Amino acid sequence: MSTPSPKGRLTRDEVAHLAHLSRLACSDEELELFAGQLAAVLDAVAQVGKADVADVAPTTHAVPMTNVMRPDVARPSLPRDAVLAGAPAAEDDRFRVPRILGEEA
Amino acid sequence: MSTDTLVDFDELLTRYEPVIGLETHVELGTASKMFCGCSTTFGAEPNTQTCPVCLGLPGSLPAANEAAIEATIRIGLALGCRIATWSRFARKNYFYPDIPKGFQTSQYDEPLCTAGHLDVEVDGEIYRVEIERVHLEEDTGKNLHVGGSTGRIHGADHSLVDYNRAGIPLVEIVTRPVPGAGAKAPEVARAYVTELREILLALGVSEVRMEQGNLRCDVNTSLAPTGSLEWGTRTETKNVNSLRSVERSVRFEMRRQAAVLDAGERVVQETRHFHEDTGSTSPGRSKEEATDYRYFPEPDLVPIAPDEEWVEKLRVALPELPAARRVRLQQEWGISPTEMAWLVNAGAVELVSDTVAAGASPGDARKWWLGDLARRANDAGTDLGELAISPAQVAELIGLVSAGTINDQLARQALDGVLAGEGDPAAVVEARGLAVMGESDELVAAVDAAIEGNPDVAEKVRGGKVQAIGALVGAVMKTTRGKADAATVKRMLEERLVSS
Repeated sequence: MSTPSPKGRLTRDEVAHLAHLSRLACSDEELELFAGQLAAVLDAVAQVGKADVADVAPTTHAVPMTNVMRPDVARPSLPRDAVLAGAPAAEDDRFRVPRILGEEA
Repeated sequence: MSTDTLVDFDELLTRYEPVIGLETHVELGTASKMFCGCSTTFGAEPNTQTCPVCLGLPGSLPAANEAAIEATIRIGLALGCRIATWSRFARKNYFYPDIPKGFQTSQYDEPLCTAGHLDVEVDGEIYRVEIERVHLEEDTGKNLHVGGSTGRIHGADHSLVDYNRAGIPLVEIVTRPVPGAGAKAPEVARAYVTELREILLALGVSEVRMEQGNLRCDVNTSLAPTGSLEWGTRTETKNVNSLRSVERSVRFEMRRQAAVLDAGERVVQETRHFHEDTGSTSPGRSKEEATDYRYFPEPDLVPIAPDEEWVEKLRVALPELPAARRVRLQQEWGISPTEMAWLVNAGAVELVSDTVAAGASPGDARKWWLGDLARRANDAGTDLGELAISPAQVAELIGLVSAGTINDQLARQALDGVLAGEGDPAAVVEARGLAVMGESDELVAAVDAAIEGNPDVAEKVRGGKVQAIGALVGAVMKTTRGKADAATVKRMLEERLVSS
């Protein structure tokens, strides 16, 4: 991963890297535009950091629950026709996707 | 395929020290998937075992499979791991068509189990393999590459995806680097996977059939100059799908990397693919980009917090583990530690045990599995357990020999038939007409013909040189194509030639 810029300001290179990871083709103009827009979003979110949370324990959930599990019981799946109806393309009862790039075997 | 320069294995050991490491993925044998109720049955029609959760449709929510979590904790306990009191799932983000959600639900910095170990024995020496972590994640879908001549990615013009496998619970067991194995590194790697497989079988958490992909290994290998304080750059070999291949892949990588280092070049840190046919590896996807997974805690699943009571309940219910079981079986079968080690290295302990349970004597069971069957597995380039014969069938074969229906030579022919899918041993013996000849007219004729055809030998026997009778027995066995019983033939010859 490219290194974060000083002061945590999002750089154009970082946006280009994220766009690549997300398989999004962005023009140079768009990278500039998005870098500015995303930086503004991050700045807005960063305001949360101003809150005094010294005596609040970190959490990732709104509810203090653990060990929510389901029993290991198989249930009917969706009909294949319904499943493939949502695919952009299908062939031989499978999802048809473009050639996978960037890998050789 | 391979144009790599390779250094002789023994020679490289005079200059280099290997370090190995293994990442093993185990598909659990649960009835349903990790986060949804879809069935996990192997071999179902494509895309018939999917639902909104495992297809990653918007708005669907996962629910963790209790049996999969318990199986992971049990694996951790069997490997002497510390079981976390607080564990979370995390999203591993990457784009690839086999992962419909755009991320794999996995575990990152809070795995269920950490810091265990597994001791493996090679040639009477114990090697401790430290376990870094055992975590739980979900399997991916299966890609079929279309358009290329070989079904491989290169040259394919599109891919077809089956999501039946997507979401099946997958446990990843990661070792710490294992230095110090030297020349034994390839065998230690194999022994580790063999022992791990035995443990998983004993726990009953997976079918662990490598040919079905229940157990998949990524093997890391690096070389450093002997005495060096730093380890070399490692490669990660994927697609290593048999015990034999684990050993071969380490051996190949050591020989290839030695040649790279000898040439003054640097080993590239990369993923490599193992090729069963040539025993070689070739470069795969570059690791540079792929490691940026942007993990973050999975917000749709709450943490798993195994308390002491739960963990203890699982611990006391653990079955007898393979190491303890081997000590017990070794005593029951009356064999030496070395003989037991042969069985372990051949992956034959459970096969022999099952054969004994099906009625064979331990001695006979060992003889067949380590003898003819091991030879055939070796010739076919497969593992012993993958031969098309069950322990019950081997026991049946042994029973036919014990009962005198067939002798060892005929039993080998019966074995051919069983392995060729002609049915159980008794049926093959019947169909192929393999039963030992009784004292029939045909046998009497063969015995008489042997005496007539070899008058010199017959005379020697009559004159008291009893050991010469072997040549006559051989002649009878030849005419009857091995179907006669040698002891019976010898007695019949003696009746005719030796005056009592």
